[in-house]
Amino acid sequence: MTNEFIKLLGKKNLFIQGDEAAVYGALIANCRFFAGYPITPATEVAEGMAIWMPKLGGVYIQMEDEIASIAAVIGASCTGVKSMTATSGPGFSLMQECIGYACMAEIPCVIVNVQRGGPSTGQPTEAAQGDVMQAMWGTHGDHQIIALAPKSVQETLDLTIEAFNLSEDYRVPVILLMDAEIGHMREKVVLPEITDIKVEDRVPATIGIDKYRPYGTGFTRSSKVPEFAPFGSGYKTYVTGLTHDKRGFPVTTSAEVHEELVRRLIEKVSDDIDIIWYYEDSFLEDAEVIVVSYGTTSRPAASAVKMARKNGIKVGHVRLITIWPFNYEKMKDLLKNAHTIIVPEMNLGQMIHPIREIVNRDAKIISAPKIGGAIHTPYEILKIIEGSKN
Amino acid sequence: MSFISNSLIIEKYLRKDMLPTIFCTGCGIGSVMNFTLRAIHDLNIDINKTVFVSGIGCSSRIPGYIYSDGLHSLHGRAIAYATGVKLANPELKVVVFTGDGDCGAIGGNHFLHAIRRNIDLTVISINNFIYGMTGGQVAPTTPLKSKTTTTPYGNIEYPIDLSMMAKVIGAPYVARWTTAHPIQCISSIKKALQKKGFSFVEILSPCPTSYGRLNKMGTTLDMTKHFKESTINIKLYEKMLAEGKTTDKMVIGEFVDIEKEDFNTKYKKFYSDLK
Repeated sequence: MTNEFIKLLGKKNLFIQGDEAAVYGALIANCRFFAGYPITPATEVAEGMAIWMPKLGGVYIQMEDEIASIAAVIGASCTGVKSMTATSGPGFSLMQECIGYACMAEIPCVIVNVQRGGPSTGQPTEAAQGDVMQAMWGTHGDHQIIALAPKSVQETLDLTIEAFNLSEDYRVPVILLMDAEIGHMREKVVLPEITDIKVEDRVPATIGIDKYRPYGTGFTRSSKVPEFAPFGSGYKTYVTGLTHDKRGFPVTTSAEVHEELVRRLIEKVSDDIDIIWYYEDSFLEDAEVIVVSYGTTSRPAASAVKMARKNGIKVGHVRLITIWPFNYEKMKDLLKNAHTIIVPEMNLGQMIHPIREIVNRDAKIISAPKIGGAIHTPYEILKIIEGSKN
Repeated sequence: MSFISNSLIIEKYLRKDMLPTIFCTGCGIGSVMNFTLRAIHDLNIDINKTVFVSGIGCSSRIPGYIYSDGLHSLHGRAIAYATGVKLANPELKVVVFTGDGDCGAIGGNHFLHAIRRNIDLTVISINNFIYGMTGGQVAPTTPLKSKTTTTPYGNIEYPIDLSMMAKVIGAPYVARWTTAHPIQCISSIKKALQKKGFSFVEILSPCPTSYGRLNKMGTTLDMTKHFKESTINIKLYEKMLAEGKTTDKMVIGEFVDIEKEDFNTKYKKFYSDLK
């Protein structure tokens, strides 16, 4: 077993930025098409791709804007090539229509969003977690994407590989929700052993061409994910963003066809929520207070929880790795014994909304927002934990 | 070239269970599809290795009726999607159908940059001077004074000339005809399909339902006659210019036919040492 990129890189221990880790993860996952547009703090992803893609026989192209970038990524993916783009807030806003297209047409792709302060041009060089809701609901209509939030440079690499795997498995856009802090921070990264790397490559359709229906046959991976026939393979696939039947033909006025399609697009992901919902927990056994965090904020949160434990406070920690879809049932179970839930976020309260939906009414839910660019300090979170005792 | 058996020739390229088309009676878009399929047939192009890409609008529905791979993308984005397809798999022949609004307004930036990069695409722009799918609103190509539902007192904006734009940005093949010029259309589409690089064929097409009705231009037959009368071939036009004469007629014909290295070839050449 070999991995072309790992072989080319020739070293295992790295000291790299989060943005570079996203590049390395993507290349390990056999991503061979990248289209992007420069934007702080995600530019280094494009720069890394510009260096490596030609060496791997892949394609790097800087498009004229972010809309063109995601459009080219979807077009490339239609030919069976694993494809990615990277951007930040303003560019992510521009990409939303195409992300909806990828959901509707079921074209696998990975979008890295290195979050910065918004709204609008906001704080280009400062970290934020302000795109959490946009990642899920930025494009119009009912749909389901998958979003992952790494807490470190190492995890950025690992989760980029995973983002590709999930995207291939479910034929859905996967968003890697980083932030400027991780994107620009340098940390030690150890490349995984080749035997430990799981890379799901695109499996072209195998069903007979006469039996093939683009959105109705070959549900091999998961019960509701159809087989993929890349362009040029002779299957003659028609891909449209209009509501379509199993043949892929536009059927725009039938409530039945629309409901069946849109429900399947959501259920193909949500049916497997327990498989794709990654999280970590610590000190939950007797926890009366639970801190729920994701991404960068998990680092001070974890420190604060440890400090509070030393001080004798029964506090636990849940870190969301998959932030969308949200596992309501599992979260309800994890949080059921807590009288206080603390949610530190680098926004004015976004992930707190689904948490509010599932926490029992007697529990207190404390939003711990911080915006402006700096991440929470452990002491800030510790103070809130200590305050919650009373 | 015989036209008697044309329908039989192109029949095998149609995705028959998608028919009938959504095109209005008298619409010229079906003719353009016909010209394109005839060109593909005559050149013996492998339909299994051909992808038809489109945006949104009446003309963007063409890929649905062709039995091949088709990518009906988003409004204005056809050329950006097509760029991804062509770069990821250079073996595929990529043909884009786009309307005048799709190509010249919402997609103008992608049009410009794909030409600049010289991506190997055949872009067929069907220009009916109006937004047909949404019921007849002003387009970037709508002539001055023309009526549309959003210029009820006449258009005051100067129209864009897509072919001239393609020419000045540097497309290696540019031609403009009307649906009243089937032989010339087929011939230019053939040249465009064979051109390595960005080729652009603009075809003026009647929209009797919206543009014709709002501007009292009569039937498709009347509009077709109008196309013949209100256009002038580039060769004649240049002769006129040389004689110091001028005209308000729209210039048609073959504007550019040069060789120019395309993006994929350059990319491969430039980076082959790195691999």
